[in-house]
Amino acid sequence: MIDALGEPQSILVLGGSSEIALATVQALPRARMRRVVLAGRPSSALDDAAVALGNVGIPTVEVAEFDATSTDNHGAFIDEVFDNGDIDIVILAFGVLGDQMEVEADPSQAVHIATVNYTGAVSVGLHVARRLRAQGHGHLVVISSVAGDRARRANYVYGSTKAGLDAFAQGLGDALVGSGASVLVVRPGMVRTRMTQGLPEAPMTTDPDVVGKTIVQALRKGKHTVYAPGPLRLLMTAVKAVPRPVFRKLPQ
Amino acid sequence: MNTEGMSTERMAVDSPLAGSEQDQLLTGWGRTAPSRAQVSAPSSAEDIQAVIRAAGPRGVLARGLGRSYGDAAQSGGASVFDMTALHAFDLDIEAGTVTTLAGASVDEILRAIVPAGFFVPVTAGTRFVTVGGAIAADIHGKNHHIEGTFGSHVTRMSVIDGNGELLELSPDDPATADMFWVTVGGMGLTGVIVDATFRLIPIETSRMSVDTVRCVDLDDVMSRMIEGDDDYRYSVAWIDSVAPSGRGVLTRGDHALRSQLNAKEAAHPWEYATPSLPSAPAFMPNGLLNAASVRAFNEAWFRKHPKKRDGELHSIPSFFHPLDGVRDWNRIYGPQGFLQYQFVVPDAAGWIVERTLARLKDVGAPSFLTVLKRFGPANPAPLSFPQPGWTLATDVPAGNNQLGPVLDELDELVASEGGRLYLAKDSRQSPSMLARTYPRLGEWQAIKDRMDPRGVFTSDLGRRLSL
Repeated sequence: MIDALGEPQSILVLGGSSEIALATVQALPRARMRRVVLAGRPSSALDDAAVALGNVGIPTVEVAEFDATSTDNHGAFIDEVFDNGDIDIVILAFGVLGDQMEVEADPSQAVHIATVNYTGAVSVGLHVARRLRAQGHGHLVVISSVAGDRARRANYVYGSTKAGLDAFAQGLGDALVGSGASVLVVRPGMVRTRMTQGLPEAPMTTDPDVVGKTIVQALRKGKHTVYAPGPLRLLMTAVKAVPRPVFRKLPQ
Repeated sequence: MNTEGMSTERMAVDSPLAGSEQDQLLTGWGRTAPSRAQVSAPSSAEDIQAVIRAAGPRGVLARGLGRSYGDAAQSGGASVFDMTALHAFDLDIEAGTVTTLAGASVDEILRAIVPAGFFVPVTAGTRFVTVGGAIAADIHGKNHHIEGTFGSHVTRMSVIDGNGELLELSPDDPATADMFWVTVGGMGLTGVIVDATFRLIPIETSRMSVDTVRCVDLDDVMSRMIEGDDDYRYSVAWIDSVAPSGRGVLTRGDHALRSQLNAKEAAHPWEYATPSLPSAPAFMPNGLLNAASVRAFNEAWFRKHPKKRDGELHSIPSFFHPLDGVRDWNRIYGPQGFLQYQFVVPDAAGWIVERTLARLKDVGAPSFLTVLKRFGPANPAPLSFPQPGWTLATDVPAGNNQLGPVLDELDELVASEGGRLYLAKDSRQSPSMLARTYPRLGEWQAIKDRMDPRGVFTSDLGRRLSL
């Protein structure tokens, strides 16, 4: 249960090796935390994340095998996690960026990106929502992206999956009003992680811990949408207003 | 395509995300950490038994008037009984007892019994509590040092256990006394209290004879209480939590005797009226209740009381339930809500009172309701809160980011000195704090498990604290 001061006891991370998710868990108050489940495909990054959380004193850190593309297994997977105890916060953090040029040359890569970022997220998101509604409390944090706010030549396949995910998460949040559960849509700008390594930095590029702190603050205030860093909201309002012929010619 | 047929088909699908008409978001009085439950208002014990027998994995819980500050009377995903529809009661004038369904409020009982010359044995700072809630939280009042908790005056009760069986429990029956005492203070987790009988106290008048004294600082308050409390049936001190000195107002008294009334009052010795002021505004922004406004309030409250006055006549509501005059006063803390930190520590650890006020001042957690009282002996209930010593209760806004670590630090002091926190107020202590400070928890748990083998009775508080 989350207590009166917003301190959670249990967290499920879908995409357990995500640096943004890890930073979020570390930014949350830890005094009452007793169970964190890191779900993802087996990898050294996933194991390292579990070790890092164990090192900061979280009593139980579980690593669970989860594949966003195996949608047939999502229901059983989520049920197993929730049957072992209520989950206070679920962070849906998995996603792949892909290389736009390669994707255009090989559409099967685009299918993979769409399957992970959108199809897989919708599938597991609905299963999570079902269990949050049944337990009558809890937050689902969905890591969307400003890339979904406006399509860009440089990453429109990725952007389109995030646009779809973002719309899904907004609607899911509305569906859960009155259920005791809520959805927080997070729209980070460019974040310095493994995913963006080697890419040129966009304006307002930030670090995972800034995103994590922004998420924790938004949860505490009960917000349904948050940009990270916060001022990106204004920038994206401006970006969305730029006419397409002009936007196309802007440096990407 | 036959679209009509399609839409009918769609209507028939039972969406796991769709709400039901019985869904309600519940919180405690502090308005923090809401959860959804299916709320129904049973009209008989049979209704309750049927729901318990058919209970799903999220369980069931009884709720009264929702005056617990934290998460005691809510349970996410569960079936919650709104017990207030079960509120019929009988006054036995000869025996001096009331036998009542659990959903009756102290408010409605007082309106019936005061004009007949009786008073409840124990009342909390609000009369808007149900009898079931008063037993489940084992509430105390200003007379604890003399007369103990509410549960100590209950002579019998009937309780529906986790198998749906109606049990008759009495502290005097060796076969049921253990189940009686785990239900007293058991926070509703041992069964649903259906009805109960409790002893009343006879009163000559409906007025209170009150001695008031303004105290210059916390030492003054505490030494006067140690010296004089035993001479008074009722005693409580209000502390100015913002003033550096910790000054306070000590009010003590007893029910006035017939001889203390003037001729006009004596014509209606048991007259009882409950004035109601307007409710607090529906919306209060966070932060309106700040250090400055609380300081102003506390200054006014301190000045409002005479420096020293003896034998002043007060009404029952103004002496026992001053805040009940403002409906929904809990809204003044804004949407982020508030909590009440209430601990008891043995006399030797009275210094924790001062430390608590100082630490809350450090983090700028303003409180306009801080009360100090001395407790008498504990009763046989394993989870009953009161034990001999000092109890401090202070309201603080939950939106303060620094509050968590400071309260954990104070918990540590309270626990290491042999004190504990009151579950009816708690919304944040850790499971280990509870286990450490209620040494009879294991004994309570064993009897609960016997009464509720399927673990049907659950609450958010129970889940949070692994009860």
